[in-house]
Amino acid sequence: MAKGKLESLTEKYQDVLKELGNIGAGNAMTALAYMTNQRIDMKIPQVRLMDIQDFGSLVGGEDQIMFGIYLNLEGDASGSMLFLIGKETGDAIAKQLLGGMSLSEEETENMKNSVMQEVGNIVCGAYLNALSSLTNLCISLSPPQVVMDMVGAILSVPAVEMGLNSDKLLLIQTQFKEDVEMEGYFIVMPDEASYVKILSSLGMPMDELMSITENAQ
Amino acid sequence: MSEIIKVGMADLKTCRVPDGLTTLGLGSCVGVVIRDTVAGVGGMAHVMLPDSTAIRGDNLNIAKFADTAIVELVRQMEFLGAKRNRMEAKMAGGASMFAFKTQSSLVKIGERNAEACHAKLKELGIPVRAEDTGKDYGRTIIYYPETGVLEICAVGKNKSYI
Repeated sequence: MAKGKLESLTEKYQDVLKELGNIGAGNAMTALAYMTNQRIDMKIPQVRLMDIQDFGSLVGGEDQIMFGIYLNLEGDASGSMLFLIGKETGDAIAKQLLGGMSLSEEETENMKNSVMQEVGNIVCGAYLNALSSLTNLCISLSPPQVVMDMVGAILSVPAVEMGLNSDKLLLIQTQFKEDVEMEGYFIVMPDEASYVKILSSLGMPMDELMSITENAQ
Repeated sequence: MSEIIKVGMADLKTCRVPDGLTTLGLGSCVGVVIRDTVAGVGGMAHVMLPDSTAIRGDNLNIAKFADTAIVELVRQMEFLGAKRNRMEAKMAGGASMFAFKTQSSLVKIGERNAEACHAKLKELGIPVRAEDTGKDYGRTIIYYPETGVLEICAVGKNKSYI
Protein backbone atom coordinates (compact mmCIF):
# COMPACT_ATOMS: atom_id res chain seq x y z
CA MET A 1 0.00 0.00 0.00
CA ALA A 2 1.24 3.46 -0.81
CA LYS A 3 2.22 5.58 2.09
CA GLY A 4 -0.35 8.14 3.16
CA LYS A 5 0.27 11.85 2.92
CA LEU A 6 0.68 12.20 6.61
CA GLU A 7 3.27 9.44 6.81
CA SER A 8 5.39 11.10 4.14
CA LEU A 9 4.99 14.54 5.66
CA THR A 10 5.98 13.28 9.06
CA GLU A 11 9.04 11.44 7.85
CA LYS A 12 10.35 14.23 5.75
CA TYR A 13 9.65 17.24 7.90
CA GLN A 14 9.92 15.77 11.38
CA ASP A 15 12.64 18.19 12.45
CA VAL A 16 10.95 21.26 11.04
CA LEU A 17 7.73 20.45 12.83
CA LYS A 18 9.61 19.76 16.04
CA GLU A 19 11.27 23.12 15.83
CA LEU A 20 7.90 24.76 15.33
CA GLY A 21 6.67 23.06 18.49
CA ASN A 22 9.79 24.18 20.30
CA ILE A 23 9.42 27.81 19.42
CA GLY A 24 5.66 27.91 19.92
CA ALA A 25 5.64 26.11 23.23
CA GLY A 26 8.70 28.02 24.39
CA ASN A 27 6.85 31.26 23.91
CA ALA A 28 3.75 29.89 25.58
CA MET A 29 5.73 28.65 28.57
CA THR A 30 7.34 32.03 29.00
CA ALA A 31 3.88 33.52 29.22
CA LEU A 32 2.72 30.92 31.72
CA ALA A 33 5.87 31.24 33.81
CA TYR A 34 5.46 35.00 33.89
CA MET A 35 1.83 34.71 34.88
CA THR A 36 2.38 32.20 37.65
CA ASN A 37 5.81 33.40 38.72
CA GLN A 38 7.20 29.88 38.50
CA ARG A 39 10.08 28.24 36.75
CA ILE A 40 8.74 25.94 34.11
CA ASP A 41 10.68 23.30 32.24
CA MET A 42 9.71 22.04 28.88
CA LYS A 43 10.53 18.73 27.28
CA ILE A 44 11.64 18.32 23.69
CA PRO A 45 8.53 18.42 21.49
CA GLN A 46 7.41 15.24 19.86
CA VAL A 47 5.98 14.99 16.40
CA ARG A 48 3.71 12.01 16.37
CA LEU A 49 1.61 10.24 13.84
CA MET A 50 -0.94 8.22 15.74
CA ASP A 51 -3.65 5.74 15.05
CA ILE A 52 -6.95 7.01 16.30
CA GLN A 53 -7.30 3.93 18.53
CA ASP A 54 -4.27 4.97 20.55
CA PHE A 55 -5.11 8.64 20.66
CA GLY A 56 -6.98 8.45 23.95
CA SER A 57 -3.86 7.30 25.75
CA LEU A 58 -1.70 10.05 24.26
CA VAL A 59 -0.82 11.56 27.62
CA GLY A 60 -1.17 8.44 29.76
CA GLY A 61 -4.31 6.78 31.08
CA GLU A 62 -7.58 7.85 29.49
CA ASP A 63 -9.20 8.23 32.86
CA GLN A 64 -6.80 10.80 34.32
CA ILE A 65 -8.63 13.97 35.20
CA MET A 66 -7.36 17.10 33.51
CA PHE A 67 -8.40 20.57 32.48
CA GLY A 68 -8.71 20.76 28.73
CA ILE A 69 -8.60 24.12 27.00
CA TYR A 70 -9.61 23.73 23.42
CA LEU A 71 -9.29 26.25 20.61
CA ASN A 72 -9.81 26.20 16.90
CA LEU A 73 -7.23 27.67 14.57
CA GLU A 74 -8.72 30.03 12.05
CA GLY A 75 -7.46 32.15 9.20
CA ASP A 76 -4.60 31.05 6.94
CA ALA A 77 -4.28 27.73 8.72
CA SER A 78 -7.00 25.64 10.27
CA GLY A 79 -7.01 22.88 12.78
CA SER A 80 -7.16 22.72 16.50
CA MET A 81 -5.07 23.25 19.55
CA LEU A 82 -5.47 21.63 22.91
CA PHE A 83 -3.81 22.77 26.11
CA LEU A 84 -4.08 20.06 28.76
CA ILE A 85 -3.30 20.81 32.39
CA GLY A 86 -3.33 18.23 35.16
CA LYS A 87 -6.18 18.79 37.62
CA GLU A 88 -3.87 19.66 40.50
CA THR A 89 -1.76 21.97 38.36
CA GLY A 90 -4.89 23.72 37.14
CA ASP A 91 -6.23 24.08 40.64
CA ALA A 92 -2.92 25.50 41.79
CA ILE A 93 -2.73 28.00 38.94
CA ALA A 94 -6.31 29.11 39.53
CA LYS A 95 -5.70 29.47 43.24
CA GLN A 96 -2.63 31.51 42.65
CA LEU A 97 -4.23 33.81 40.14
CA LEU A 98 -7.24 34.31 42.39
CA GLY A 99 -4.96 34.68 45.38
CA GLY A 100 -5.71 38.29 46.15
CA MET A 101 -9.44 37.79 46.21
CA SER A 102 -11.28 36.59 49.26
CA LEU A 103 -13.67 34.07 47.82
CA SER A 104 -15.64 31.25 49.29
CA GLU A 105 -14.92 27.69 48.27
CA GLU A 106 -17.92 27.72 45.99
CA GLU A 107 -17.07 31.01 44.34
CA THR A 108 -13.54 29.78 43.65
CA GLU A 109 -14.98 26.69 41.99
CA ASN A 110 -17.14 28.90 39.78
CA MET A 111 -14.30 31.23 38.91
CA LYS A 112 -11.96 28.41 38.00
CA ASN A 113 -13.35 27.86 34.56
CA SER A 114 -13.09 31.47 33.57
CA VAL A 115 -9.57 31.68 34.98
CA MET A 116 -8.57 28.65 32.91
CA GLN A 117 -10.20 30.21 29.88
CA GLU A 118 -8.11 33.32 30.28
CA VAL A 119 -4.96 31.30 30.92
CA GLY A 120 -5.71 29.39 27.72
CA ASN A 121 -6.23 32.58 25.82
CA ILE A 122 -2.92 34.09 26.89
CA VAL A 123 -0.81 30.96 26.72
CA CYS A 124 -2.18 29.60 23.45
CA GLY A 125 -2.10 33.09 22.01
CA ALA A 126 1.61 33.24 22.78
CA TYR A 127 2.15 29.89 21.07
CA LEU A 128 0.29 31.01 18.02
CA ASN A 129 1.96 34.40 17.85
CA ALA A 130 5.30 32.69 17.58
CA LEU A 131 3.94 30.42 14.90
CA SER A 132 2.39 33.29 12.98
CA SER A 133 5.45 35.50 12.95
CA LEU A 134 7.65 32.59 12.00
CA THR A 135 5.53 31.53 9.06
CA ASN A 136 4.15 34.93 8.12
CA LEU A 137 0.72 33.37 8.11
CA CYS A 138 -2.20 35.06 9.72
CA ILE A 139 -3.59 32.53 12.16
CA SER A 140 -6.14 33.44 14.78
CA LEU A 141 -7.79 31.57 17.61
CA SER A 142 -11.40 30.93 18.43
CA PRO A 143 -12.45 31.75 21.99
CA PRO A 144 -11.22 28.96 24.25
CA GLN A 145 -13.55 26.30 25.59
CA VAL A 146 -12.70 24.86 28.97
CA VAL A 147 -13.69 21.55 30.46
CA MET A 148 -12.49 19.43 33.34
CA ASP A 149 -12.97 15.75 32.70
CA MET A 150 -11.33 12.45 31.85
CA VAL A 151 -8.56 13.05 29.36
CA GLY A 152 -9.92 10.41 26.98
CA ALA A 153 -13.18 12.27 26.72
CA ILE A 154 -11.40 15.58 26.12
CA LEU A 155 -9.20 14.08 23.43
CA SER A 156 -12.19 12.60 21.66
CA VAL A 157 -13.15 16.08 20.51
CA PRO A 158 -10.13 16.75 18.28
CA ALA A 159 -10.10 13.07 17.36
CA VAL A 160 -13.60 13.36 15.95
CA GLU A 161 -12.71 16.49 14.08
CA MET A 162 -9.59 15.05 12.52
CA GLY A 163 -11.09 11.59 12.20
CA LEU A 164 -13.54 12.83 9.60
CA ASN A 165 -10.91 12.48 6.92
CA SER A 166 -8.30 10.18 8.28
CA ASP A 167 -7.60 7.24 10.57
CA LYS A 168 -4.35 8.81 11.63
CA LEU A 169 -3.55 12.01 13.42
CA LEU A 170 -0.42 14.09 13.05
CA LEU A 171 0.33 16.27 15.99
CA ILE A 172 3.02 18.28 17.70
CA GLN A 173 3.07 17.57 21.39
CA THR A 174 5.06 19.38 24.05
CA GLN A 175 5.10 18.45 27.68
CA PHE A 176 5.94 20.92 30.40
CA LYS A 177 6.71 20.65 34.06
CA GLU A 178 6.83 23.26 36.75
CA ASP A 179 9.05 23.34 39.80
CA VAL A 180 6.48 21.74 42.02
CA GLU A 181 5.39 18.76 40.02
CA MET A 182 3.03 20.52 37.72
CA GLU A 183 2.24 18.92 34.48
CA GLY A 184 0.62 19.75 31.22
CA TYR A 185 0.69 19.33 27.47
CA PHE A 186 0.28 21.33 24.32
CA ILE A 187 -1.12 19.50 21.38
CA VAL A 188 -1.32 21.27 18.05
CA MET A 189 -3.11 19.64 15.16
CA PRO A 190 -3.24 21.61 11.93
CA ASP A 191 -5.21 19.86 9.22
CA GLU A 192 -3.48 18.36 6.20
CA ALA A 193 -3.81 21.38 3.95
CA SER A 194 -2.47 23.63 6.68
CA TYR A 195 0.61 21.49 7.17
CA VAL A 196 1.46 22.10 3.54
CA LYS A 197 0.84 25.83 3.93
CA ILE A 198 2.92 26.08 7.07
CA LEU A 199 5.81 24.08 5.65
CA SER A 200 5.88 25.94 2.37
CA SER A 201 5.86 29.31 4.10
CA LEU A 202 8.91 28.17 6.02
CA GLY A 203 10.69 27.72 2.70
CA MET A 204 10.24 24.03 2.13
CA PRO A 205 10.16 23.52 -1.64
CA MET A 206 6.59 23.67 -2.86
CA ASP A 207 7.01 21.10 -5.65
CA GLU A 208 8.26 18.57 -3.13
CA LEU A 209 5.27 19.20 -0.91
CA MET A 210 2.88 19.00 -3.80
CA SER A 211 4.33 15.72 -5.01
CA ILE A 212 3.82 14.22 -1.58
CA THR A 213 0.23 15.32 -1.38
CA GLU A 214 -0.54 14.25 -4.94
CA ASN A 215 1.16 10.87 -4.89
CA ALA A 216 -0.53 9.86 -1.74
CA GLN A 217 -4.06 10.55 -2.93
CA MET B 1 -10.73 -15.61 36.86
CA SER B 2 -12.68 -13.37 34.60
CA GLU B 3 -10.97 -10.68 32.63
CA ILE B 4 -11.97 -7.17 31.61
CA ILE B 5 -11.01 -6.49 28.03
CA LYS B 6 -10.16 -2.93 27.03
CA VAL B 7 -11.68 -1.33 23.96
CA GLY B 8 -9.88 1.71 22.51
CA MET B 9 -11.23 4.73 20.68
CA ALA B 10 -12.81 3.75 17.34
CA ASP B 11 -12.38 0.11 18.23
CA LEU B 12 -14.59 -2.91 18.87
CA LYS B 13 -14.12 -6.17 20.79
CA THR B 14 -16.09 -9.27 21.69
CA CYS B 15 -15.83 -11.55 24.70
CA ARG B 16 -17.29 -14.69 26.28
CA VAL B 17 -18.78 -14.70 29.77
CA PRO B 18 -17.65 -14.31 32.47
CA ASP B 19 -15.27 -11.80 30.89
CA GLY B 20 -16.26 -8.17 30.68
CA LEU B 21 -15.49 -5.22 28.43
CA THR B 22 -14.50 -1.66 29.22
CA THR B 23 -13.76 1.59 27.47
CA LEU B 24 -12.32 4.65 29.19
CA GLY B 25 -13.24 8.27 28.73
CA LEU B 26 -16.13 8.31 26.29
CA GLY B 27 -16.74 11.90 25.27
CA SER B 28 -18.88 12.58 22.26
CA CYS B 29 -18.23 8.98 21.27
CA VAL B 30 -20.85 6.37 22.05
CA GLY B 31 -20.19 3.00 23.66
CA VAL B 32 -22.59 0.40 22.32
CA VAL B 33 -22.76 -2.94 24.11
CA ILE B 34 -24.59 -6.03 22.93
CA ARG B 35 -25.04 -9.47 24.49
CA ASP B 36 -26.61 -12.83 23.82
CA THR B 37 -27.09 -14.58 27.16
CA VAL B 38 -27.85 -17.98 25.65
CA ALA B 39 -24.57 -18.10 23.75
CA GLY B 40 -22.76 -16.26 26.55
CA VAL B 41 -21.26 -13.73 24.16
CA GLY B 42 -20.86 -10.00 24.62
CA GLY B 43 -19.49 -7.17 22.52
CA MET B 44 -18.63 -3.51 22.76
CA ALA B 45 -18.00 -0.85 20.13
CA HIS B 46 -16.55 2.63 20.77
CA VAL B 47 -18.15 4.65 17.98
CA MET B 48 -16.73 8.06 17.03
CA LEU B 49 -18.83 9.25 14.11
CA PRO B 50 -22.38 8.61 12.97
CA ASP B 51 -22.16 7.84 9.29
CA SER B 52 -19.49 6.19 7.14
CA THR B 53 -21.18 7.19 3.90
CA ALA B 54 -20.71 10.91 4.57
CA ILE B 55 -16.94 10.58 4.70
CA ARG B 56 -14.49 10.96 1.90
CA GLY B 57 -11.20 9.13 1.95
CA ASP B 58 -10.13 5.53 1.70
CA ASN B 59 -8.94 2.77 4.04
CA LEU B 60 -11.64 3.55 6.51
CA ASN B 61 -11.62 2.02 9.93
CA ILE B 62 -15.06 0.44 10.14
CA ALA B 63 -15.09 0.55 13.94
CA LYS B 64 -15.09 4.33 13.78
CA PHE B 65 -18.62 4.75 12.41
CA ALA B 66 -21.92 3.84 14.02
CA ASP B 67 -23.38 2.18 10.93
CA THR B 68 -20.41 -0.02 10.04
CA ALA B 69 -19.22 -0.71 13.59
CA ILE B 70 -22.51 -2.16 14.80
CA VAL B 71 -22.84 -4.41 11.77
CA GLU B 72 -19.28 -5.66 12.25
CA LEU B 73 -19.79 -6.19 15.98
CA VAL B 74 -22.91 -8.27 15.35
CA ARG B 75 -21.05 -10.26 12.69
CA GLN B 76 -18.18 -11.03 15.05
CA MET B 77 -20.60 -12.03 17.80
CA GLU B 78 -22.46 -14.33 15.42
CA PHE B 79 -19.13 -15.89 14.59
CA LEU B 80 -18.81 -16.75 18.29
CA GLY B 81 -22.21 -18.41 18.27
CA ALA B 82 -24.54 -15.56 19.15
CA LYS B 83 -27.89 -15.24 17.38
CA ARG B 84 -29.22 -11.90 16.35
CA ASN B 85 -32.79 -12.52 17.52
CA ARG B 86 -31.53 -13.13 21.05
CA MET B 87 -29.34 -10.02 21.20
CA GLU B 88 -30.03 -7.01 23.37
CA ALA B 89 -28.14 -3.73 23.55
CA LYS B 90 -27.35 -0.84 25.86
CA MET B 91 -25.47 2.34 25.21
CA ALA B 92 -23.76 5.26 26.93
CA GLY B 93 -21.81 8.36 25.96
CA GLY B 94 -22.62 10.85 23.23
CA ALA B 95 -21.91 13.91 25.36
CA SER B 96 -21.23 17.42 24.09
CA MET B 97 -17.89 18.10 25.71
CA PHE B 98 -17.52 21.68 24.57
CA ALA B 99 -20.19 24.21 23.74
CA PHE B 100 -19.08 25.20 20.26
CA LYS B 101 -20.70 28.06 18.53
CA THR B 102 -19.36 27.38 15.06
CA GLN B 103 -18.28 24.23 13.20
CA SER B 104 -21.70 23.11 12.07
CA SER B 105 -20.69 19.58 11.09
CA LEU B 106 -19.47 18.84 14.57
CA VAL B 107 -22.23 20.45 16.52
CA LYS B 108 -24.15 17.87 18.47
CA ILE B 109 -21.92 15.11 17.19
CA GLY B 110 -22.60 13.17 20.38
CA GLU B 111 -26.33 13.38 19.89
CA ARG B 112 -25.99 12.36 16.26
CA ASN B 113 -23.81 9.42 17.23
CA ALA B 114 -26.46 8.18 19.65
CA GLU B 115 -29.22 8.63 17.06
CA ALA B 116 -27.23 6.73 14.45
CA CYS B 117 -26.65 3.86 16.88
CA HIS B 118 -30.36 3.70 17.67
CA ALA B 119 -31.22 3.66 13.99
CA LYS B 120 -28.78 0.89 13.17
CA LEU B 121 -29.82 -1.29 16.12
CA LYS B 122 -33.45 -0.84 15.17
CA GLU B 123 -32.71 -1.81 11.60
CA LEU B 124 -31.01 -4.98 12.83
CA GLY B 125 -33.90 -5.72 15.18
CA ILE B 126 -31.81 -5.49 18.35
CA PRO B 127 -33.70 -3.89 21.26
CA VAL B 128 -32.02 -1.16 23.35
CA ARG B 129 -32.68 -2.05 26.99
CA ALA B 130 -31.19 1.05 28.58
CA GLU B 131 -29.09 4.08 27.78
CA ASP B 132 -27.30 7.00 29.39
CA THR B 133 -26.44 9.45 26.66
CA GLY B 134 -26.07 13.20 26.12
CA LYS B 135 -25.19 15.81 28.76
CA ASP B 136 -21.74 17.37 28.91
CA TYR B 137 -19.38 15.03 30.71
CA GLY B 138 -17.15 12.09 29.88
CA ARG B 139 -17.96 8.53 30.91
CA THR B 140 -16.00 5.37 31.56
CA ILE B 141 -18.05 2.22 31.10
CA ILE B 142 -17.64 -1.40 32.15
CA TYR B 143 -19.94 -4.06 30.74
CA TYR B 144 -20.64 -7.47 32.20
CA PRO B 145 -22.45 -9.51 29.55
CA GLU B 146 -23.19 -12.23 32.08
CA THR B 147 -25.51 -10.01 34.12
CA GLY B 148 -26.09 -7.38 31.45
CA VAL B 149 -25.08 -4.64 33.87
CA LEU B 150 -23.41 -1.58 32.38
CA GLU B 151 -21.44 0.33 34.98
CA ILE B 152 -20.91 4.04 34.29
CA CYS B 153 -18.34 6.25 36.02
CA ALA B 154 -18.05 9.99 35.55
CA VAL B 155 -15.89 12.65 37.20
CA GLY B 156 -17.46 14.00 40.37
CA LYS B 157 -20.48 11.71 40.17
CA ASN B 158 -21.46 8.48 41.84
CA LYS B 159 -21.18 5.29 39.86
CA SER B 160 -24.39 4.37 38.14
CA TYR B 161 -25.62 1.07 36.78
CA ILE B 162 -28.01 0.60 33.91
